[in-house]
Amino acid sequence: MAHLSLTNVGKTYGGSAQAAVADVNIEIKDGEFIVLVGPSGCGKSTLLRMVAGLETISQGEIRIGERLVNQLDPAERDIAMVFQNYALYPHMSVRDNMAYGLKNRGESKAVIEERVAEAARMLELRPYLDRKPRALSGGQRQRVAMGRAIVRQPSAFLFDEPLSNLDAKLRVSMRMEIRKLQRRLGTTSLYVTHDQLEAMTLADRLVVLNGGRVEQIGAPLEVYRAPASTFVASFIGAPAMCLLDAQVENGTVMLEGHALAPVAQAAGPVTLGLRAEDLRITPGGVPMRVDHIEELGAQRIVHGYVGDQALAMIDTSEAPLPETVHLGVAPARVHLFDAQSGRRIEAAAQPVAVPAE
Amino acid sequence: MTDTPFTIAEAETTLFARLRRWWSGETANPVKRVQFDRPLTPWMFLLPQLAVVAIFFYWPSVQAVTSSFYLEDPFGFGATFVALDNYTDALTSRGYLSTAAFTAFFCVVVTALSLGLGLLLAVKADKVIRGAETYKTLLISVYAIAPPVAGLIGMMFFDMHMGPFTQMAAWFGYDLKVGIDYWDTASALIVISVWKQIPYNFIFFLSGLQSVPVSVREAALIDAKSGWRRFCDITLPLLAPTAFFLLVINITYTMFDTFPIIDVIVKDKPANNPMTLVYKVYLDGFKGNDIGGSSAQSVILMVVVALLTVLQFRFLERRVHYG
Repeated sequence: MAHLSLTNVGKTYGGSAQAAVADVNIEIKDGEFIVLVGPSGCGKSTLLRMVAGLETISQGEIRIGERLVNQLDPAERDIAMVFQNYALYPHMSVRDNMAYGLKNRGESKAVIEERVAEAARMLELRPYLDRKPRALSGGQRQRVAMGRAIVRQPSAFLFDEPLSNLDAKLRVSMRMEIRKLQRRLGTTSLYVTHDQLEAMTLADRLVVLNGGRVEQIGAPLEVYRAPASTFVASFIGAPAMCLLDAQVENGTVMLEGHALAPVAQAAGPVTLGLRAEDLRITPGGVPMRVDHIEELGAQRIVHGYVGDQALAMIDTSEAPLPETVHLGVAPARVHLFDAQSGRRIEAAAQPVAVPAE
Repeated sequence: MTDTPFTIAEAETTLFARLRRWWSGETANPVKRVQFDRPLTPWMFLLPQLAVVAIFFYWPSVQAVTSSFYLEDPFGFGATFVALDNYTDALTSRGYLSTAAFTAFFCVVVTALSLGLGLLLAVKADKVIRGAETYKTLLISVYAIAPPVAGLIGMMFFDMHMGPFTQMAAWFGYDLKVGIDYWDTASALIVISVWKQIPYNFIFFLSGLQSVPVSVREAALIDAKSGWRRFCDITLPLLAPTAFFLLVINITYTMFDTFPIIDVIVKDKPANNPMTLVYKVYLDGFKGNDIGGSSAQSVILMVVVALLTVLQFRFLERRVHYG
């Protein structure tokens, strides 16, 4: 177990002018569960593979514990990796798959046996120890891959989209198992996914990546409550946050000429972010033409237009809706972003009196 | 590749089971069974293939077996039944036994070298990223050379008067006499045969290597520091099906397909040159006009190859893991 630090880490592939990963700075505390999340091609896997040693590091430094690992072989970095397609050795039994890394590190037979037995007990793999991977189901294979990582007792676990090959139901249960296991072992973990739900539920802290750069680092709720940019805003949370063109005039945010909520930010054109779950039907609010409704059972998502800008809200009532609904939002749940750069505009130092939510 | 290891024994049992079911009119899956209106139709479809097999394989085989029991007049005027004399003659002749010994030696050395070098080149070529296609094409192109041509090219290299290999040997003070000295000729045969077979092995090993999943290699990279360990523990076992297939093919190659190479090198040379059993069959039969004796030799060869194949499948294939 150890902390992990990435300092100005960057990656440029030969023959390409653009960096695949640039200027990444992350300090990971001992035992922390960090999830790297972003759309495909954002560099999250590259970053993970650089930590693992499967990709060379073009710029910056990666330290595991106090050791600088830039030049070390993957086997010397004291890490364990769980791959998306399990990457089990097909010709070895489950037992040998788990024991292989330990054997190569010269552990004694007794130690290997004990650790494999312990991992098998934890992952409920005992009945399958002598089977070959091809005789196992997807979920079981994933467990073996986890077991192979656990027995090494590494400084850090690296997960590369480990659940994306499983069906939806299994994914949810394996997700919880991974979280429980990580808590129990207390091993520093770096986890890559493109699924924002997986990211939210697993992470101690999220690292949202876009185009090889870090957009935001923070606890899942922090990122959800205060996305640092329009990119993060639209990526984290489901349904995605609606982003609309709006104006701030006299301390009020105006949407298509209607006053929505009081804000402390400076006047001018802004990008307004509204989450469907924050919008309420309020008499005298901003009028929205209802376009269509998605029924989800416990709630429904109402899609519509304000002016010609699309907006969605979550409604928990079952009453029939009129053609136009009037929407309001708590001022604390209004997100404003710079219309040009897309960065979040924080409220001015002196907040206006905000009515209680 | 099949999912389960497949042995001759299993093949036999399933074959017998199928035959039994066919005899009693059952079908494994009646829905999938193709129905022909006339019972003769399927045989019509099979006929061309059966004819080819019968004319070019069964008929000559039967001929060989029958004539191996006769002593034939060199001018084809008559044949005398001599029972097993041809076999005992062959198996007790020193010439035959030394050829058999050489064939075994040749077989082991050529197979080992061409498999080993093919694998080495494949492993190295697999790591090349820039210009990989050029390397591959260059390595594979030798495969396009017909064996007699390969023999001729080899002959030029080993020529006693102007061959570069002979000259190179001379720099070290060695007088290379291919076609005269038994072991010099043997070395030349081995070099040419290996050279001819490497590209074949290379292609298969390379495609075998490329079918090893990248992530499995990466997992091994994390599990084992030493490249040699990774190769032995992960890559090689995953290449085993390819290697087994190539082993069978290479043994067949050295026993039979090296004929043209040997012919080019040994033909018209003074006696006491090494040759394989197949070449001796040809030499005794067509040059020596001893049809009976050479038939007996070819029957012995057939039995040896059959035994070898059974042994390979029985004892080696069990150790092969199919992914």
